[in-house]
Amino acid sequence: MSDTPSTLSLASTPPRLALRGIRKSYPTVVANDGIDLIVQPGEIHAVLGENGAGKSTLMKIIYGVIKPDAGSVLWEGRHARIASPAEARKLGIGMVFQHFALFDTLTVVENILIALDDDMPSAALARRISEVSTRYGLPIDPKRLVHSMSVGERQRVEIVRCLLQEPKLLIMDEPTSVLTPQAVQTLFQTLRRLASEGCSILYISHKLDEIRALCDTATVLRAGKVTGTADPRRETSDSLARMMIGSELATCRLEARQPGAVRLGVEALTLSTLDPFGTALHDITLEVRAGEILGIAGVSGNGQKELLAALSGESTSDDAGAIVIDGAPAGTLNPAQRRRLGLAFVPEERLGRGAVPPMSLAENALLTGSAKGMVHKGLVRSRVARGFAQAVIERFKVKCGGPAAAAQSLSGGNLQKYIVGRETLLEPKLMIVAQPTWGVDVGASLLIHQALIDLRNRGVALLVVSEELDELFEISDRIAVLAQGRLSPSRRPAETSIEEIGRWMSGDFPALATAHERETARA
Amino acid sequence: MSARLRVLELERRARPSAVMRIASPLLAAAAMLATGFVVFLLLGKDPAEAFYVFFIKPVANRYGVGELLLKATPLALCALGLAVGFRANVWNIGAEGQLTMGAIAGSGVALYLGPTEAAWVLPLMLLAGVLGGMAWAAIPAFLRTRFHTSEILVTLMLVYIAQLFLSYLVHGAWRDPAGYNFPQSRAFTEAETLPLLLEGSRVTIAAVFAVALAAASWFFSQKTFAGFRMQVAGLAPAAAAYAGFSEKRNIWLALLLSGATAGLAGISEVAGPIGQLQPTVSPGYGFAAIIVAFVGRLHPLGIILASLLMSLLYLGGESAQMQMSLPSAVTGLFQGVLLFYLLAADLFINFSLRRGPRRATDDEDDAYTPEDESETEIGGVPVSAPTLAPGKLT
Repeated sequence: MSDTPSTLSLASTPPRLALRGIRKSYPTVVANDGIDLIVQPGEIHAVLGENGAGKSTLMKIIYGVIKPDAGSVLWEGRHARIASPAEARKLGIGMVFQHFALFDTLTVVENILIALDDDMPSAALARRISEVSTRYGLPIDPKRLVHSMSVGERQRVEIVRCLLQEPKLLIMDEPTSVLTPQAVQTLFQTLRRLASEGCSILYISHKLDEIRALCDTATVLRAGKVTGTADPRRETSDSLARMMIGSELATCRLEARQPGAVRLGVEALTLSTLDPFGTALHDITLEVRAGEILGIAGVSGNGQKELLAALSGESTSDDAGAIVIDGAPAGTLNPAQRRRLGLAFVPEERLGRGAVPPMSLAENALLTGSAKGMVHKGLVRSRVARGFAQAVIERFKVKCGGPAAAAQSLSGGNLQKYIVGRETLLEPKLMIVAQPTWGVDVGASLLIHQALIDLRNRGVALLVVSEELDELFEISDRIAVLAQGRLSPSRRPAETSIEEIGRWMSGDFPALATAHERETARA
Repeated sequence: MSARLRVLELERRARPSAVMRIASPLLAAAAMLATGFVVFLLLGKDPAEAFYVFFIKPVANRYGVGELLLKATPLALCALGLAVGFRANVWNIGAEGQLTMGAIAGSGVALYLGPTEAAWVLPLMLLAGVLGGMAWAAIPAFLRTRFHTSEILVTLMLVYIAQLFLSYLVHGAWRDPAGYNFPQSRAFTEAETLPLLLEGSRVTIAAVFAVALAAASWFFSQKTFAGFRMQVAGLAPAAAAYAGFSEKRNIWLALLLSGATAGLAGISEVAGPIGQLQPTVSPGYGFAAIIVAFVGRLHPLGIILASLLMSLLYLGGESAQMQMSLPSAVTGLFQGVLLFYLLAADLFINFSLRRGPRRATDDEDDAYTPEDESETEIGGVPVSAPTLAPGKLT
């Protein structure tokens, strides 16, 4: 560990954390297979690997959530038996999970109170939360109920919850996926400050640029084993990718193309929300043409959920003309009726929304594909559904046990490939995709991006809502930003920059002409 | 470091166990019998004799078998309808009330149009029974789809209204003038009664309805798109909304179907073994049918088998009451215990037991053990890590 900053790790100090030969197996997979890992005090240590490489399992072992089958854990040079998260916290280990561990029906303060190991009056705690959250640039309202918060806001709660306990080792599991570029920079400053105060950080990610910008050391995992340890600042993204996925990182190319007719028109869509913490949509106007991809950037909780529900038909508007699909007014239509107009939709939540977890892939084909000959006079034709599922599996290289496999048995990336594939084979005229690659590994991301681009090249209109700016810059013909329920003007990726889009994400963008102004201009 | 315990842990199975799905009701039945053994001992009865009286004697002859089918019929009819709703997350627990309304509506036809020996009266009574049950179930369906009221509460409360309404009728307007002031309607004529299935027993052709309905229910849930939509609504409501399946349609369908079968069960009872309208037309078939539906895994074939088991519990309870002077509560006890064990045994569909891993650090003398929390470790938390992770709740 000679790469560790010498000012922080004196030769006599034992490492903050050392793992030896950690092994954990599940009925179907060996998640960790003889893993060694050493973290020095004040070190920002990346654990890099694709989804399913065993990163999360390893972190849960350190945090006492999962017990290893074999191997030992040394904490500051002493053998430690971490049997529960409470013991981990007592040692000084904090963890921000990728999937948040918050109770929906409680407020921020109540959630944090539950996790605290000592009692504290809630008023005092609320003050502490406000203090810590402003100090680290993670604004949250302590009195808000968690169910009304976006993914991004929930993560802030998780981070603040850990910071309140002044940890010696902070585990961050994929923390930046829900932050604006500026917020990522703020988070990095926070983490660097924490590190300089002596706190070690285990930073789990598959984003190579971030790791190269932030981390002192990187341990790379592949299929449950350590494939290398490196100083990420001296590596290139390609060399790290080789360690991580065993091959070069490929990217998609977007050939210039003349867009065709308008397939989706949204005209001055204003929707109030019944949810007191939801985001109302104000005067959203956009159009997506055949053969183009419109990317919608923005941090979750800025109206994405509401916009997607309004477009998919899960919430309807009183004004039929506010949403026009392929020339037909659709504002008042339900999701099934909009699908008949040629809409396909890939939702953000795969399990439970995009797919029914315990049902087979064939049955999940039937979920949205009933118009593709799978239903005849009210009766299900299972053979057609199986054939359709088989076609999706083959064309999109879905790793699974065949059309009879339950949706919940697939990994996140494979399920997403299946859902994208299913919606693609429905031959839509317009496809709306939310967070296409959230939590999906590099290989699957590439395949999904290529599938979206192929659809565009075949003349489908696509609207992609994503929090990953890199992704939007890679696949979009135009990018717009949704912030506080308002939509920015759109820009071609070549005509804008990550910085400009990042600034827009905080709501600072030139106003679109209002509906009234457009009408007067037309007259 | 002597406490080197290897505690049993629950581990989530890679996939739900198909074997346990079927074995679980059998395990539950076995555990119920074991509990019964202890209960009989505590009551000072010879368990062997009690078991014989409870489970064997009632069905030892042809008449007994007939009684078994007789009591299983309304249970199966109600449970088959309820299962359709339960699969779709629609919780009709008021089949007892719909059964009662079915009995009232069907009897009303006979009482107002008869007495007659005409053949048309019976189909009309059955139809009215079905419609009566449906109408009673339409109330919670309307309230739920229109005002988001809980169908659990509304269906339950309507049970008592239906029973009081029945009581009002048999004590008043519909009382048999020639019935010596007993609170009951006139007896139905032969044409107003369901034909017998087995000579020398009381089983009517309603048992055939139950079997036919089981087949229809299997077909509905396995082969029709409407059945599929209801299944999706039950398993993943968000996915149903995403696919554009109407929630209201599912709620209406589920409640009307279960109301219809409960109504059919009701009229089949009064136009069958009872033969007239009485203040009580069911010993709680509508409630016991909830247990039948779950013990039968919400599957038509399972429901048929479970209804036979539940029917046996009714018969056994009566037999034990008469011959061993055991309290009638024994029947309810067996029913409750059966459901209780079933829910417990169902845990093993998704989880398996395994010996906890030996701690690598147990052998080390300098093992770090935070003092005050070590007992949770030695006690062995009997819940696996995946269920503990509160991430599930968000």
